[in-house]
Amino acid sequence: MSVRRLAKEQPESFAFNKKSEDEVKFWLGKYPEEKKASAVIPMLWIAQKQEGWVSEPAIRDIAARLEMPYIRVYEVATFYTMFNLAPVGENLVQVCGTTPCMLRGSGDLISVCKNRIGKSGEISEDGKFTWVEVECMGACANAPMIQLANKDGDHYIEDLDAEKFEQLLDDLAAGKDVKFGPQSERNASEPHGTKVLSDPSLYDGSKAKPIKLPNTEKAEG
Amino acid sequence: MVELLQDKDRIFTNLFGHHSPGLESAQQRGAWNGTTDMLDMGRDWIIDQMKASGLRGRGGAGFPTGLKWSFMPKEVGARPHYLVVNADESEPGTCKDREIMRHDPHLLIEGCLIASFAMQAHACYIYLRGEYVTERLAMEKAVKEAYEAKLIGEKNVHGWPFHVYIHHGAGAYICGEETALLESLEGKKGQPRLKPPFPANAGLYGCPTTVNNVESIAVAGTILRRGADWFSSFGRERNVGTKIFSISGHVNNPCNVEEAMSIPMKTLIETHAGGVRGGWDNLKAVIPGGSSVSLLPKDICDDVLMDFDALSAHKSGLGTAAVIVMDKSTDVVKAIARISYFYRHESCGQCTPCREGTGWMWRVLTRMAAGESTIEEIDMLLDVAGQVEGHTICALGDAAAWPVQGLIRHFRHEIEERINNYREGKPVFVSQAVAAE
Amino acid sequence: MSEDLRKIIVDGEEIEVPNSYTLLQAAEEAGREIPRFCYHERLSVAGNCRMCLVELVGAPKPAASCAMQVKDMRGGPNGEPPAMNTLSPMVKKAREGVMEFLLINHPLDCPICDQGGECDLQDQALAYGRTGSRFPENKRAVEDKEMGPIIGTEMTRCIQCTRCVRFVTEVAGSPEIGMIGRGEDAEITTYLESAVESELSGNVIDLCPVGALTSKPYAFNARPWELSKTETIDVMDALGSNIRVDNRGPAVLRIMPRVHEGVNEEWISDKTRYAWEGLGKQRLDKPYLRENGKLRPVSWSDALSAAAEKLSGDASRIGIIGGDLNSVEELKAAKDLAEALGIASIDIRQDGAKISAGPGVARQSYLFNSTIAGIEDADAILLVGVNPRVEAAVLNARIRKTWLHNDTKVGVIGEAIDLTYDYEHVGTSAADLAGLKRKRSGFIKTLKDAERPMIIVGTGALSRADGAQILNAAGDLAAAIGAVKDDWNGFSVLHTAASRVGGLDLGFVPGEGGHDVAGMQSGAMDTLVLLGADELDMSSFGDAFVIYVGSHGDNGAHRADLILPGAAWTEQDGLFVNTEGRVQLAYRSVFPKGEAKENWAIFRALSERLGKTLPYDNLEQLRHKLFEDHPVFAGIDHAPGAEGAAQFDVKSIGQAGDIADEPFVAAVSNFYFTNPIARASETLAACAALRAEPEQVAAE
Repeated sequence: MSVRRLAKEQPESFAFNKKSEDEVKFWLGKYPEEKKASAVIPMLWIAQKQEGWVSEPAIRDIAARLEMPYIRVYEVATFYTMFNLAPVGENLVQVCGTTPCMLRGSGDLISVCKNRIGKSGEISEDGKFTWVEVECMGACANAPMIQLANKDGDHYIEDLDAEKFEQLLDDLAAGKDVKFGPQSERNASEPHGTKVLSDPSLYDGSKAKPIKLPNTEKAEG
Repeated sequence: MVELLQDKDRIFTNLFGHHSPGLESAQQRGAWNGTTDMLDMGRDWIIDQMKASGLRGRGGAGFPTGLKWSFMPKEVGARPHYLVVNADESEPGTCKDREIMRHDPHLLIEGCLIASFAMQAHACYIYLRGEYVTERLAMEKAVKEAYEAKLIGEKNVHGWPFHVYIHHGAGAYICGEETALLESLEGKKGQPRLKPPFPANAGLYGCPTTVNNVESIAVAGTILRRGADWFSSFGRERNVGTKIFSISGHVNNPCNVEEAMSIPMKTLIETHAGGVRGGWDNLKAVIPGGSSVSLLPKDICDDVLMDFDALSAHKSGLGTAAVIVMDKSTDVVKAIARISYFYRHESCGQCTPCREGTGWMWRVLTRMAAGESTIEEIDMLLDVAGQVEGHTICALGDAAAWPVQGLIRHFRHEIEERINNYREGKPVFVSQAVAAE
Repeated sequence: MSEDLRKIIVDGEEIEVPNSYTLLQAAEEAGREIPRFCYHERLSVAGNCRMCLVELVGAPKPAASCAMQVKDMRGGPNGEPPAMNTLSPMVKKAREGVMEFLLINHPLDCPICDQGGECDLQDQALAYGRTGSRFPENKRAVEDKEMGPIIGTEMTRCIQCTRCVRFVTEVAGSPEIGMIGRGEDAEITTYLESAVESELSGNVIDLCPVGALTSKPYAFNARPWELSKTETIDVMDALGSNIRVDNRGPAVLRIMPRVHEGVNEEWISDKTRYAWEGLGKQRLDKPYLRENGKLRPVSWSDALSAAAEKLSGDASRIGIIGGDLNSVEELKAAKDLAEALGIASIDIRQDGAKISAGPGVARQSYLFNSTIAGIEDADAILLVGVNPRVEAAVLNARIRKTWLHNDTKVGVIGEAIDLTYDYEHVGTSAADLAGLKRKRSGFIKTLKDAERPMIIVGTGALSRADGAQILNAAGDLAAAIGAVKDDWNGFSVLHTAASRVGGLDLGFVPGEGGHDVAGMQSGAMDTLVLLGADELDMSSFGDAFVIYVGSHGDNGAHRADLILPGAAWTEQDGLFVNTEGRVQLAYRSVFPKGEAKENWAIFRALSERLGKTLPYDNLEQLRHKLFEDHPVFAGIDHAPGAEGAAQFDVKSIGQAGDIADEPFVAAVSNFYFTNPIARASETLAACAALRAEPEQVAAE
């Protein structure tokens, strides 16, 4: 964790657009009205998805909507590291650097980032990239991995190595579509080439047949 | 000797996403089968069965799940009851709940209904870590399906009015601590609360609340369908059931796999993860339960069982059953220093020992990894770790201290060697990599 | 309510304490000292500093004694009482550990730190810390934060105890300070470094256990051990907050709160805290006489002669107006002189409040009868024409406290302003007050259903032409809702002037044939004595010869033809009666400036010059006479509360009659500028300026 501050340059104002407003409504519907502060993280996130980052006017706007003091929303925005407090490039490359990924070569990915993109946290000259090292993202069986945030959403890109990563950055720079998920032959985090979960009877519908629950006799009698 | 788990006894039959996560497909695999009957048996039966199953919480602490459920007030007073599912999977090495949520979400939703019914909760929040965007969208989709099929909702086929709400965080490991999670869910910084009061008395919005891990909840339906005795037939006494293990690091095939509890670590790694890179003898150490537990050197790994008691006997722990394997090429001091960096990064900053101690430990370890330290400083570091451990509001302080203590316990000689090498002008660390090919 | 007691063992010694006690309280009960930083009796428990760890016998980990209650302790396996150790090696080690962690990133700048000598960290490091440092790394540096004219910051010293955050959020009700970021980079700040706007903001300086939040105006002025400390009473409002005045030589350098549970707990307002700045500015330090339109210094002898000459005229055309900051003694001397001279036009109510006093008027008709502490017993409170936030900021915090913790309902008739708590806006005008009794639902029902309803009437409501009728209407309502009964008197007048109740008790109101303040205006008087009275329209006195007796060159002195320089309240001993009717003693901290004299002595000197020598030669004799004439002043620190409530006919106070349907306006519009001393304080002026243009500040 380093000191987190709001960007020096800030827009005049902030307003949720129509699409965001629909999402805000959806999220506010999840919490009791008098507990609507619960929606603060989702709303900051919606603001970030709309603008690419969380601006100071957005903090005030959300505070007003949730009837929270500004300082409380400011605290939340600076506490949670996924909130970008300054603009980022078109592609935000978040490289996991924690030990499980480190053991499998995240250092190589970070080197690629330094060479290709530049300084961590800054927007590349062409405006296409910002990279940061982040902490464990919970995809350790597919290490090393990154999370890519761009106009297509937020996606894990896993089972990487330096070569594949270079290619990925090339494709992104060229505006090509890229494959999300594991960059290996794997579908997810399955063991490679074993027979686990290959029993066809698990999937033939036999498990959907009516059953009698075990251990119910005593309670009935 | 523990036998390998067979496919027919696996609960998460779509763990790898080879089939659709959708409702129809999930029902084909057995989800939502007999759920009404379970609810008809009543709350006490459910809780008794869960207790009898011997299920211990799968989020790291291993607290008996049925017992936890029984702590909720028996009568609903003026304050509603809540179930909160901890899907803030953030313990380094751990990536199991993710697979449940994106591939078997209906088992989780079914479990939420069963657990909520047993605790008289009409609403359940599932708190996902913010990074799990794909998983969140998958959960939203599954919840929508369940509502449309009237499996949940104000009026549903199970007769227990019940709502599931998906919530998310935004990058804070500490929110995996149950009271920090509740703070975060209430729209605040994720800073753990003082206990007592415990959540069962005053949890979400000050109401009685139980917080359970995704896996603990998602296995509930199958346990009740197949019987507490079926579940408890796997593993050793006090360490029963099936468990998803996340295997990462220097293995040939990192993976998630559901296995029987108490499986020998070596069997687990060799059977499912393709073995240690370069062979078992190339093993240096294993962190058996996520970053917060002590690492174990190879000689212990040779025959240790993967369960709560066996691992704690070696001053480590099962934690989240996230097995991080390190082969001989590993700079183990640096690996643990990186874990220390993680805890420094994730400390909420609320209480003194953790806020100040995590940074101190990381700085010392970083120097030690480069040999820029003194022999005396090793004991000082151990002392500092001891000053953090057990002195904080939540367990993050312990989690930050244990890996450091484990490192010194098992690899003190390596640190000393480095310090000496540095003083003598030799290279401080030479990787003992055995050619993998 | 008797509480369950429990036997516990503290360091081997068995004691019995209430179940609800925290372990920290229990340890103190057993005579143990438990170090702490984040814990504060009047704030919520944070449990974050970990300094108060104690050993629970049988538990693997030490516990935070501030956070755990005796009822949560576990006894031994064979029914032994639960035991804790506060002196064991485990506790010693835990304290050393926490202390070390607090110090590794704390700068070693004690020699230049304002907290030096009164620093919790310094003291506790000495008592509980290790001898040396084992931390060779670089220390953390934290950027300082702007928090306005009052709070200076040195954030590298901050130990993140969050007392300041909890104070502004909980007590002040003005959530402006927070902790941003996390981990070792967490920082205390205001939103975008805007100034803290609470009227109670200065209390965070006292609460800060280290030198992170310091008093900007006091910065680098003095070391605590150089200061003489005088325990006295504040006069910036009518609460009589208990304070300590610290001076070095002739200069008052700071004012801090003292604990008085019945009055200010341990808080003071920013105005109280920074009034001292005004004590050194705009001072009248020698007598002046106006000649040819200009004031020129004269000797005391000449000044007294000039005054005596004017006071020897037609007594019916001479008036004396008391101010807001006068001690009872000086008013007594002035009144005795007036009586000796046959002057009937005396008045302590410079705001024109229609509150009568004297024989036949129940004292309860103008006191804050519920008492300040009694606010916490009320279950419904109606505020009438009053803004307690600016009229009595500390009392407002008490209302907030009971609203927060006891769920007390509050209603307001008057301006709808941010009071730091929720209220029902019952109405805005005097007619809404008069009409309330006849309503059947809404807040009137809340009041009627309440066990201990309360009405707080502000002097703003009573200073109108129909003030007496409003007082009557308020009394009538109080009677209707049962606010006055045997053991409860919920009819409460909130005064704004420290001298007001003392003056009323003294009968410093027009005598037979005398004029009140309004009557003394428009050329009705030849000579007027303004005794520290500055809150008047000075242009309304026509050609009257104005003698100003007071300490500051403010409105009164500007209008004056003769100035007799007096002492400020910190420069003489004096009695003050607060809004509750509580008599308190203020003590002299420093001597009057220059040639200025204690105010009572000025009247004593005048009386001699006039040949009507007052029968006392010193303050002791004056007080003797005072207590003889008015025994009520002898009851030091006594607030009568509900005494005599059964005989108090609240229904018929004031005057029955029509009231004008005009909106209520609170007595105070600018919190920082209510008297000459406050107006002379630069810090308070800076605060007032910020308030005037808050938008600019927010945008930097």
